[in-house]
Amino acid sequence: MSISVDRDQAFLDAVCRIADDVAAPNAREVDEQARFPIETVEALRAEGALSAFVPSRLGGGEVAFATIAKACFELGRRCGASAMVFAMHQIKVISVTRHLDDAPWFEDYLRRLASEQRLVASVTSEIGTGGDMGRSVAAVTPIEEGNVSFEKQAPTVSYGNHADDLLVTLRRSPDAEPTDQVMVVVSREQYALEQVSSWDPLGMRGTCSPGFIVRAEFSPEQVIPTPFSRVMSESMVPVTHILWSHLWLGIATDAFDRARAFARAAAKQKPGVTPPVALRVSHLMSELSLLRAEVGSALDEFVAMADEPGRERLSTMAVALRFNNLKIASSEQAPRVCQGALGICGIMGFKNDTPFSVGRHLRDTLSACLMIANERIHQTNASLLLIAKEV
Amino acid sequence: MTEEIRQIIAAHARMPVEVGELAVDADLYQAGMTSHASVNVMLALEDHFDLEFPDRMLTRDVFESIQSIAAALTELRAEALAS
Repeated sequence: MSISVDRDQAFLDAVCRIADDVAAPNAREVDEQARFPIETVEALRAEGALSAFVPSRLGGGEVAFATIAKACFELGRRCGASAMVFAMHQIKVISVTRHLDDAPWFEDYLRRLASEQRLVASVTSEIGTGGDMGRSVAAVTPIEEGNVSFEKQAPTVSYGNHADDLLVTLRRSPDAEPTDQVMVVVSREQYALEQVSSWDPLGMRGTCSPGFIVRAEFSPEQVIPTPFSRVMSESMVPVTHILWSHLWLGIATDAFDRARAFARAAAKQKPGVTPPVALRVSHLMSELSLLRAEVGSALDEFVAMADEPGRERLSTMAVALRFNNLKIASSEQAPRVCQGALGICGIMGFKNDTPFSVGRHLRDTLSACLMIANERIHQTNASLLLIAKEV
Repeated sequence: MTEEIRQIIAAHARMPVEVGELAVDADLYQAGMTSHASVNVMLALEDHFDLEFPDRMLTRDVFESIQSIAAALTELRAEALAS
């Protein structure tokens, strides 16, 4: 127990140090130039952080999920885009690790991921599915010599040009229905990316997420045997929403800290008088507390049920609703906190080059409601609420 | 019971295949039933058999096939009789 606690603490300390020393000083340039936060990723690689969740028997850090969530929060406080890249990578690794089912290819793959600190991106969205991750157009297609291939048109692939491997959702076979999906992992030497759109967005600019046509040839062993629908409900959906919400909370927390620093600076101007702006900081703290409570309780609930035998609770509708609501609530509350911070810091917050700048924070968190569109999640919830009993 | 279930699926699951030709153990999701359509099937089953699926039964596994739905309904009816 104490060994794993020490290991988790050492991992978190290392991520905090990288957040402060590497991610923070580069955050503005990453945002301005919409460039990949390469130095942060390299520093995380040097610490072995890309295999944090991989079991130690496969060469990974075997760090607890809750610690990885805290790492997303800490990176989010310093650079939202770096935190998002880290979170998205961890989501793929955690999804593969939780659905290994003793598949030999994937055990070897995780060993290689750990020893080479390979960065994994995902190709889940697809043109022609209306933003529904539960449907695919592209299929695992047999070619010569027992190999398989696919061609997928993806409207966004975050850090696609910087990844070593891709995790891709596809129909199981050319004659499978759109909902009959599997997940495959392909490596850089097996795929080709054709970039089909540009990347100059409002926020999360460092994630570098243009559209691509992805083509690959690979071995059928690289198909994860577990149906993707099961991977989604037992792992990918809750893990995604928990890690994303942790980094959004990190961004909102830094915006709040900047607003508080602004009020403190104002208080120093007139000793003995509580400045009016301090009252607004108090109001903002209650908004931040709501976000913190929702994010923290969702993490605790997931940890409590993540490794139950059969993972039965994770496949219930009540639990799907719970984590869908985490996504909706946190993606709406995080920009609200950032906007509150902007209201407090005023022009000093609006300018991009002051210690109280919160423009990047606001723009980064505005992406939250689009990443798996909230309206789509509401549609799913509306349907689940018709039949679920206790929610 | 399986015939009644089959009719409800045919009416509510909006399957791209002929429901009458599906085996009782065929995977309905693989055959094209979406999660959204599955909710309509659940509602229709509750209405038709005059019972309510508890949360523990509202999972993908339970509504995966005609056979698994029949097993869940049988279990619920047995519980109703026992109480």
